[in-house]
Amino acid sequence: MSKIADAFTNKKAFIPFLTAGDPTMEATERYIKIMADAGADLIEIGIPFSDPVAEGPVIQEATLRSLTHGTTTDAIFDMVERVRPTISIPLVVMTYLNPIYVYGADRFMARCKKAGICGVIVPDMPFEEKGVLIDVAHAHDIEVVSLIAPTSEERIGMIAKEAEGFVYCVSSMGVTGVRKEITTDVGSIVDQIKRYTDVPVAIGFGISTPEQAAAMAKVSDGAIVGSAIVRIIGEHGDKADEALREYVKAMKAAVMF
Amino acid sequence: MEAMNIQGGAKQDGRYGEFGGQFVPETLMNAILEVEKAYLQYKDDPDFIRELENLQVNYTGRPSLLYYAEKMTKDLGGAKIYLKREDLNHTGSHKINNVLGQVLLAKRMGKTRIIAETGAGQHGVAAATAAALLGMECEVFMGKEDTERQALNVYRMRLLGATVHEVTTGTMTLKDAVSETLREWTRRVDDTYYAMGSAVGPHPFPMIVRDFQSIISKEAKEQILAAEGKLPAAVLACVGGGSNAIGMFHHFVPETSVKLIGCEAAGRGIDTLEHAATLAKGSKGIFHGMHSYFVQNEYGQIAPVYSISAGLDYPGIGPEHAYLHASGRAEYVPVTDDEAVDAFEYLSRTEGIIPAIESAHAVAYAMKIAPTMKKDESMIICLSGRGDKDVAAMAAYRGIQIDE
Repeated sequence: MSKIADAFTNKKAFIPFLTAGDPTMEATERYIKIMADAGADLIEIGIPFSDPVAEGPVIQEATLRSLTHGTTTDAIFDMVERVRPTISIPLVVMTYLNPIYVYGADRFMARCKKAGICGVIVPDMPFEEKGVLIDVAHAHDIEVVSLIAPTSEERIGMIAKEAEGFVYCVSSMGVTGVRKEITTDVGSIVDQIKRYTDVPVAIGFGISTPEQAAAMAKVSDGAIVGSAIVRIIGEHGDKADEALREYVKAMKAAVMF
Repeated sequence: MEAMNIQGGAKQDGRYGEFGGQFVPETLMNAILEVEKAYLQYKDDPDFIRELENLQVNYTGRPSLLYYAEKMTKDLGGAKIYLKREDLNHTGSHKINNVLGQVLLAKRMGKTRIIAETGAGQHGVAAATAAALLGMECEVFMGKEDTERQALNVYRMRLLGATVHEVTTGTMTLKDAVSETLREWTRRVDDTYYAMGSAVGPHPFPMIVRDFQSIISKEAKEQILAAEGKLPAAVLACVGGGSNAIGMFHHFVPETSVKLIGCEAAGRGIDTLEHAATLAKGSKGIFHGMHSYFVQNEYGQIAPVYSISAGLDYPGIGPEHAYLHASGRAEYVPVTDDEAVDAFEYLSRTEGIIPAIESAHAVAYAMKIAPTMKKDESMIICLSGRGDKDVAAMAAYRGIQIDE
């Protein structure tokens, strides 16, 4: 089975995110395959949560579209099981603690493993609270990705030392969403992280253009793009195939520069 | 782990039994740790305490009265009913108790800007008031639905110099206002303090709000002992997030002879989907920074909730209430819109006191149980706020349109 590390082996990674079930589960299944074929190195599959406190408007709206027509965690796992054999790159899920906790952390991780998902990203689970998931995740060979933010400062060492899979370096203050400029000195945050860990570091939040992706990949091991992808899907609905393919190709080319 | 100290509430790690915690994005971790550190530093600082007490006495008007509701007592024919008159505080509710403490703390921390969520608008008004008094900027986040049903409070906040942001995400009520205030805090944290209005959210907020609200029960306990010479049989308070209730309960928690009763909003009934009765109908979850109970579905999606009362219209409950519920120390009961509106009218006519519709939930349950209790027993109802803000909505509920 693929591992998160495969996404970063001898290359800079391009990591797209999409909200499962937006606009339909069939479309998500197709889009995962399209993005993998277009050069994505790792895909983050968002399990929508009704009240996503770390998301900006674009992903909030996608969440609402998905949940409104009845998306469930089980249906997402079923979809991943269908698409998994058709692609080779690693897949991770991104969701909030409550959907995992209420589903049952052990049951959730078991289904991740069965579906061929190799990691989880949980933005409302900081370092101090990761005990609620980490042991059950490891019991099913699921890696738990840590986030580091511009405000982390002296917390960086503590978090990075225990990092696994990859470190999700948050580029900017605030919530997810496309930004014209990334003003944080994110390169220096990555340098600090690298002092404590050999785990790859990818940068996310605010990245939408190939130029931004190239700049972020230059100072790290990869670029994560969420809202820009979700916005394309929002605009094209279930006819986003071509637009997504072209976008992912351009972004992958940019991170390889 | 050492045993839970039920009297002192949260230990340093912010847990109440299994409940509580700090489930926030990494971007906010240093901010909440900074608040925790500052609070622990200042809460016992003589200058801080003196400044807060001065404001409580000379600005809020504390101590608030413990009023013997003699007509209501006689009419119901059972236990003696006392009202803890938080409605008489400056700004008209208990919310000022907490916000003066938190804004003083924010000022000590060097912050210049207060952000706050509000449901009915009472916390927003209190925050705007404290910010005006203490020279801070203030921005309040309020669900669009609540800005419509509490238009008067929106104007009050603006009059006090605050900026009010209408929240149009989700159900456009208190839950969404909390989410949006958390989002705003992640955008701008350096100069900004999040003055949480209820006993919810990540540690240390449930502890801070509890501590600042516990003055309610500290006074009430002394007052009832002076009036009756013994402890009350029960204390009652309405519960949304649970700030007035935890304040009303706190000093009675160790007195196991005193029943603690929290009154949740049952809306159109707990057998409908239109209620906000978290402990009657919810289950354990992790949301808004805390491990507690929430109204949600089998996949952990937070459910839309409903109450006629904007202040109780929240799908969760503070972690200390979750603990008091799970341990059996406190009892939580559902009260419907109809019962609350009846109580709103009853207290107005019987005692000449118009309660907030939130507080009317506690009055309603007191009306049910008082006749079943002995005449030598007493009970205290926390009258958490006054009802002027609700008059137009109550008239509408009865089919009467009045021009505001």
